Amino acid sequence: MSSAPSSTAAPAPVIRADHLTIRFGDVTAVDDVSFHLDKGELFGFLGPNGSGKTTIIRALCGLIPLTSGNATILGMDVRQHAKDIKRHVGYMSQKFGLYEDLTVSENLNFYAAAYGLSSTVANARIKELLALTSLEPYFTRRVAQLSGGWKQRLALACAIIHSPEVVFLDEPTAGIDPVARRSLWDLFFQLAGQGVTFFVTTHYMDEAERCGRLGYIYMSRLIALGTVADLQELPDANPPGTSRVEIEAPQVSVLLTQLRQFPGVREATIFGRAIHALVETRSIDALQAAFPQLAIRTIQASLEDIFVTLTLHIMGVPQ
Amino acid sequence: MNGIFFGLRPVCRKEFTHILRDPTTLFFALLIPVLELFLFGYAVDTNVRQIPTVIFDESHTQDSRSLIQSFAASDIFRISFYVQSEPDMYATMRSGKARVAIRIPYDYARNLQRGKTASVLVLVDGSDSSVAGIAVDASTGVALMQSLNRIPGLTAPAIEVRPSVLYNPATRSANFFIPGLIAVLLQVMIILLIALSLVRERERGTLEQLTMTPIAPLGLMVGKMIPYGVLAFGELCIILTVMDFIFQVPIHGSVIMLLLMSLPFILTVLAIGLLISTRARTQAEAFQLAMSTILPSVFLSGYIFQISTMPAFFRGVSALIPTTYYIQIIRGIVLRGSAFSDLWVNALVLTLMGLAAILLAARAFVKQDAV
Repeated sequence: MSSAPSSTAAPAPVIRADHLTIRFGDVTAVDDVSFHLDKGELFGFLGPNGSGKTTIIRALCGLIPLTSGNATILGMDVRQHAKDIKRHVGYMSQKFGLYEDLTVSENLNFYAAAYGLSSTVANARIKELLALTSLEPYFTRRVAQLSGGWKQRLALACAIIHSPEVVFLDEPTAGIDPVARRSLWDLFFQLAGQGVTFFVTTHYMDEAERCGRLGYIYMSRLIALGTVADLQELPDANPPGTSRVEIEAPQVSVLLTQLRQFPGVREATIFGRAIHALVETRSIDALQAAFPQLAIRTIQASLEDIFVTLTLHIMGVPQ
Repeated sequence: MNGIFFGLRPVCRKEFTHILRDPTTLFFALLIPVLELFLFGYAVDTNVRQIPTVIFDESHTQDSRSLIQSFAASDIFRISFYVQSEPDMYATMRSGKARVAIRIPYDYARNLQRGKTASVLVLVDGSDSSVAGIAVDASTGVALMQSLNRIPGLTAPAIEVRPSVLYNPATRSANFFIPGLIAVLLQVMIILLIALSLVRERERGTLEQLTMTPIAPLGLMVGKMIPYGVLAFGELCIILTVMDFIFQVPIHGSVIMLLLMSLPFILTVLAIGLLISTRARTQAEAFQLAMSTILPSVFLSGYIFQISTMPAFFRGVSALIPTTYYIQIIRGIVLRGSAFSDLWVNALVLTLMGLAAILLAARAFVKQDAV
């Protein structure tokens, strides 16, 4: 087994992807994607279904061959060290990966053995994880009898049974309630604080906002990378000469139709009792004149606004 | 276990737990084949006896009655009807009430007495081929015996054939069919169980999780084969016991050798089950694929039809079917008391097939799931 390279003055990135390209026949699933992740980082990876998120995860775990480009995890090349990488990487998907007819204890012990942990190491680690996830009371219970939130905690415990330095979470909180989601994220932060690097894919914008840095992949290409603040500054997300405004209105749905036909309005969508719109700055006065009763105020782009604008921009929708 | 079998032990232990926790699987695995053995074991009887027969006797003489007597005396025919007209005779046949019709013409006795050849019409229902063949043979035999009896001064026939059937003296068809049935039942059960177990993991997403662990493809495959192999072996013991004690089909050869030589067959069908599971996305697909293995192994393995009478192409196909080799093993040991030296080639072929199938399955698995 090869070990991670000895640390020099500047720590090497934990995950390094350079010009990653993956093709399946004629289909390009991942197109020239590059990013670096540092130790203890919680990186959010966003993008529509089928945009290549899961493919990148599987490629970084050495399960899919790279067509071109390079990737290393903890300094190990994914092409040459796929087997070693598996021992340093945890993976959890929305499918849980748990055996419903086995108990919590049996699932943990199975994965411990699957990673080749000795029973002494396994027992100590299981005790530690039970404390971390508060699963002790359910130790002898069958997984089928657990609620979604507890299953998710157990899935996380199984995924990190071998104390991996890197954890990939593929839509880890899909379909569980907000309270369970929040407590799961608290666990991620706790582990990240201990130096575990997280790579999380999600569709939830509130989750994305919790991440230190974000990547947005669309049509196999990484089209945005940076902190939330970085993304809000992106020129593509804020086309020059435009402003984001919030318009409060008594009948938002009627107004939405009218707004979308109004010259100078590029995007408009409903947020509760208001409409968020991207309008040409010079049209704001005309808009106010046309709808004198409405309160229009400028706002900062939300993550969702940014991703929608970026996506439309890539698709070539005239702006 | 390390290297290419990494993960074998945890997978094996987990799979045993699955089996023991799932009463439906256990029930399906252990009881259904025994039930089917009863069903088929009692239903399959190809020995033809007591064929319903209709008589149209136009002669009404001592001679004709004596002929009818000798038909009735054979176990093959049962005189069920007497009719008085030709249309009635055909009607009885068409309705299926009788499978054989015997028409004795009005000049039967007269011809006999004049020393001419007296003809008797025997009509046989050809819609059931096994009945038809036996009825034709048996009626010829009856007529021959009657003719011989009429030769004056003949006390004994010049040549007498004394057939003696070895290995299955009563020619009970149960003895012939049940060993083959065991092979087919065992095969269906094993293929289905192991294929479903792997496809279930794919459907539920646990297989995806396993590919992220260091478990090696062969560790996973063999780890799954061991528990189902043990289950299959237990099942084999149960059905052999049922065969011996309930169907009274004694095992003439060594029971130990039969059990040992069953292992290569169990190995091969387990591997075929795994191979199927790499092709199937859903449990329903796996089920259909598993079922599609039944027909060839019933019809082309020598279980029902003799391989030697098949066209060359199908003889080739039957040589590729594992059941063919196992049926030879189980029939050889059960019926003929064959020794290892008679059957080792079959066991060797099965072992090689099994190993090849495991490697193919592991490769297909790596291609589909791990890469």
